[in-house]
Amino acid sequence: MTKRFWTGLALLFVIPVLMFAASCAKRPVTSEPGALTAAEAEAKAAEEAQKALEEQRLQEERLRAQARRQRREREEMAERERFLNEDIHFEFDKSRLLPEAKEILRHKAKWLMAHPDISVIIEGHCDERGTNEYNMALGDRRAQSAKSFLVDLGIARERLTTISYGEERPVDPRHNEEAWAKNRRAHFVID
Amino acid sequence: MISICCKKLKRCHIAVLFVLFITVELCSNRPCQARVYIDINAPYLRKIPTAIPIFKDMAAKQKQAQLAKMLSDLLAETIKFTGFFKILDRESFLEDPQQAGLLQHTINFKNWTDVGAELLIKGGFQYQKDVLKIELRLFDTFGGRLIVGKRYTGRLKDHRRMIHRFCDEVILRLTGHPGIFNTRIAFVSTTTGNKEIFIADFDGYNPIQFTNTGTITLFPAWSSDGKWLAYTDYRRRKPELYIRNIKEQRGTVVALEGSSITPAWVPGQFALAASLSYEGNPAIYLLSGNGKIMRKLTHYWGIDVAPTWSPDGKAFAFVSNRSGTPQIFIKSMENGEVRRLTYEGDYNSSPQWSPRGNDIAYVGLKNGHLDIYLIGVNGNGPIQLTREAGDNESPTWSPDGSLIAFSSTREGPSRIYVMNANGTNQRRLLLLEGEQTNPSWSPRLSGD
Repeated sequence: MTKRFWTGLALLFVIPVLMFAASCAKRPVTSEPGALTAAEAEAKAAEEAQKALEEQRLQEERLRAQARRQRREREEMAERERFLNEDIHFEFDKSRLLPEAKEILRHKAKWLMAHPDISVIIEGHCDERGTNEYNMALGDRRAQSAKSFLVDLGIARERLTTISYGEERPVDPRHNEEAWAKNRRAHFVID
Repeated sequence: MISICCKKLKRCHIAVLFVLFITVELCSNRPCQARVYIDINAPYLRKIPTAIPIFKDMAAKQKQAQLAKMLSDLLAETIKFTGFFKILDRESFLEDPQQAGLLQHTINFKNWTDVGAELLIKGGFQYQKDVLKIELRLFDTFGGRLIVGKRYTGRLKDHRRMIHRFCDEVILRLTGHPGIFNTRIAFVSTTTGNKEIFIADFDGYNPIQFTNTGTITLFPAWSSDGKWLAYTDYRRRKPELYIRNIKEQRGTVVALEGSSITPAWVPGQFALAASLSYEGNPAIYLLSGNGKIMRKLTHYWGIDVAPTWSPDGKAFAFVSNRSGTPQIFIKSMENGEVRRLTYEGDYNSSPQWSPRGNDIAYVGLKNGHLDIYLIGVNGNGPIQLTREAGDNESPTWSPDGSLIAFSSTREGPSRIYVMNANGTNQRRLLLLEGEQTNPSWSPRLSGD
């Protein structure tokens, strides 16, 4: 992203300089000292002005296109970030999808449809309550719930891998309701 | 390296371990003569007051007071670990151990019955040129008789093994069952920053890092011959099952999709059950020790996890959410029937079938706390073993069924604790950097 930005910026500077260099180079050929009439000079000036105007128009066009491209890239980036950062959450000891989770998954399915080359790992996580072993199995079920829902929405099964982390990788290490609610989640990672 | 010291040790024991009092040995070998001092099946045990005076230094030339104390303290700690004994304070003793005799006819047993001792363990040692000789005798003070007497010779570094050998003899004579002093406990520790399996002696001594996965390692399980450890780790970015030989650098990874977790070896077989989700949902499967899936043991669309075998291998208990919440079920391998075992509470998990066969220890979640409970295989109980002491998880039985190790957050970070099977004598097993979880008690290990 930044690389593309800097290349664009460099081009912005390079193009006018090149143009300037070109007009400089022409001058000695077309101009003969004292040979120009006033009318000729006037026509020449008008032509030059017209040319500059045209150049400016093209330049603005290019800038607008670039801005559009950048906006699209920003939006695309934001969508991708959202896909990766937006977890779905679960009730204690449950792996069923809540309405809000389904809404998020529908959005994710749309994004996956638009990016058919991308494969995804769905991680299932639990809060620290409950036992180690059972949470590992529960995390498995949570990731599976998310996967099945996406498959039902038309995403190819082969693009979705599930991994359970049980209670091993909390996002919030605290020991309270708020932390537990955050930690009972399915998280999405691009493979 | 390990095999070298083992060989040396074996040679040592075979060559020089011999019985001091042949008459006593022969006598107590006859079952009719053996008296059971401790009934390990009794629900509540009275601790036997036992005196263990400082060992007598028998090499009169050089006094080794420190060694004497170290050896006698180790014996006292080891024997006390069982929870069967109350070790009496040496301050109250009436005789000077360096002067008093070690033999039956030279002991004034009244000196010991007067301080309340019912059992007396006397020890003598010689330590010269890195050769340590220890002789140990257990006496019944009221009967005024010798119960067991042994002499051990070895290097100084073998002293723990010598003391453990004697304690195994003591427990065998007093309870009629072999002791647990040649067992180890595997557990998971975050000492390195990752979750790795460590293995320590039964008393928490000498913890050694066993795995080096650099990731999450969980659920260690010993094969019943003590030669293999199965566990789950994330080395290949998902929870896969590993089956590893403990002494040799070989083993298998069970390469499957999904979660492969909670292995449990079938008693007496090179086979294990585990929860595998490669077909979509976590179910219990039977695998060979080489990691080949032999058959599916449970059939349900939800969660089946954490199998544990009955000692005769004819049934296994496991956790399932088939009735809505996690509960413990037992499946018979003989007729395939599944019955629900736990009904109290809405979260019961981590069953561990006792080596004696009649009880199952498990973890229940009640009022926001995990505690360890005991329930009869017939459904009797349950009895709560831990309470108001943080969260208590992952019970594991000592091979004689007298003790349960578990993890607890009672002191903040999770650590390994031990208690008697009736919930008494709860104490921390070891102090190690990081947090410790998932203890797994080995069977009795072969006598190297």
